[in-house]
Amino acid sequence: MAKDTIVFHSALPLRRRKQRLYRSVRHHAAIYLFLLPGLAFFLVFTTYPILYSFVMSFTNWPIMGPAQFVGVQNYSQVLNDPIVRTAFLNAILYMVVSVPLQLGLGLLVAIGLDRPMPGRTTLRLIYYLPVITSWVVVTYIFQYLFNTDYGLINWLLMSINVIQSPISWLADPNKAIVVAAILGSWKGIGWAMMIFLAALQGVPVELYEAAAIDGAGKWHSFWSITLPSIRASMFFVTVLLVMGAFQVFIQIYILTAGGPADQTQVPLVWMYQQAFANLQFGYASALSWLIAVLIVLFTMVQFWIFRPRSLNVREG
Amino acid sequence: MWVNSRATTIRFLILLTFAIIMAFPFWYMAVVSLEPNQLSLQYPPVLFPQHASFGNYVGAWQANNFAGYFMRSLYVSVVSTFLGTLIACAVAFVVSRYRFFGRNAIYRAFLVSMMIPGMTFLLPQFKLMETLGLLNHLYGLILIYTAGMIPFTTFLMKGFFDDIPLELEDAVLMDGGSKWTLFARVAMPMATPSLVTAVLFNFMGGWDEFTMALTFLQNPNKFTLPIALMFFQGQHSTQWGEFFAAALIQTAPIIIMFVIFQRYIVKGIMAGAVKG
Repeated sequence: MAKDTIVFHSALPLRRRKQRLYRSVRHHAAIYLFLLPGLAFFLVFTTYPILYSFVMSFTNWPIMGPAQFVGVQNYSQVLNDPIVRTAFLNAILYMVVSVPLQLGLGLLVAIGLDRPMPGRTTLRLIYYLPVITSWVVVTYIFQYLFNTDYGLINWLLMSINVIQSPISWLADPNKAIVVAAILGSWKGIGWAMMIFLAALQGVPVELYEAAAIDGAGKWHSFWSITLPSIRASMFFVTVLLVMGAFQVFIQIYILTAGGPADQTQVPLVWMYQQAFANLQFGYASALSWLIAVLIVLFTMVQFWIFRPRSLNVREG
Repeated sequence: MWVNSRATTIRFLILLTFAIIMAFPFWYMAVVSLEPNQLSLQYPPVLFPQHASFGNYVGAWQANNFAGYFMRSLYVSVVSTFLGTLIACAVAFVVSRYRFFGRNAIYRAFLVSMMIPGMTFLLPQFKLMETLGLLNHLYGLILIYTAGMIPFTTFLMKGFFDDIPLELEDAVLMDGGSKWTLFARVAMPMATPSLVTAVLFNFMGGWDEFTMALTFLQNPNKFTLPIALMFFQGQHSTQWGEFFAAALIQTAPIIIMFVIFQRYIVKGIMAGAVKG
């Protein structure tokens, strides 16, 4: 709508110029009225808190009284904390299990559901069900399923003789993280599927027809047409899943609360407990900033790995 | 229609088997919720209801003021969804349609804020709520939820507004319509698929939100449903039947909404995802 605001001053008589100015003021006033509520919310509840927490991460941030500047003390404390190390190693374990599962199964299901088939809508909804169920509910289902004494998983594994005695899934640190990762994957497959379904719809059918005429098999057209066409979506999904792995909170908070002895800690549960159980607000905000920076760095590395290599492939 | 019917059958059977595995936790939750409470700890577990009754549902609804939690969650989610969606649509509309000072800066700031983990905001927002005296108040939660919905909704709706043809707007402006007319009478009705998607996801965000409600509400009389579920489970850790009944009551509204609006959601997600 730039045409309203471009004014050729010298070419116009004064009255016309005034009229134009009036119209331009009114035009912009209307625009800023549309923006005002959104900007107000964004400044008060998003921008101000984030800047405040950055400043406070360099202070001792007491419950009462004025904060004192302590330099990078909170950051060095976080970096030297062995529990933080455990927490990040657990996040990496969670990522290693959950990202390939969601990426692979999400893609397979999407490819399966891409072409017409009876019951396609219903199947798509079933795969999407866990995505729309709240974390509290799904976490407790898994706690019940993986219960040591009366859980279905132990019963199943024992009745087919995979194990002889019940496994204490949630008492063992690595097993607990893997259970949380399986829960996360189960909940996330439908989300990845939706993104891939959208991307697959954008792949031109003519490409497959041309490949079929050239005598290409199904595998060949999958590798040389499908995968390159949905590169952008693969990237998008991978980035969000990796980011998600470092932001695990509710599952662990409910399943183990980081215990026993902080061995199942993940970064955000540890941050939450430091803030609201130990009242270490300065430490906690430093930790939350380190997590944020790490996530952005990770994202940039993935941008580099998935950078476009070929110009003649149109990205989906 | 299905060119190779044998291949389609195999594909269908594989997808069906996997769907049954995916849906199984829900099935199991329903089975346990229909069994009498004392049987929820039985071993070996049962896969089909043996003594089906809705006793747990009645019990869950009456226990611990459950109806109150339900209504409170509904209130918070509906109000914040309405505010957040409307406010974000207004921003998306002008950012998509007009050039003005700060346009790119605002949109980029919104996108950057979406990359920052939500939990980074938790501590300073807690302090802000404390300063404003909004802890333990549902409208404090409504304000925070509304603010949280705005960037993503703006992103989703801008993508849609970008695709509305300009000629339509010129016609409205020629007839002397204002920007508001254009927004309310032309852009918003055309954006229905994206709007439904945005409303659903925002509502679901409010309905399922856990962490902020846990942090900002300490008075049990103010709890929303997800927090109430957690405390219920903590207090009655062996009454899985009643707990799963309550959990299914919490899940039902979202599932019903998704089934009804499924057609729109796929379109909306696809519009958003292809661009994103």
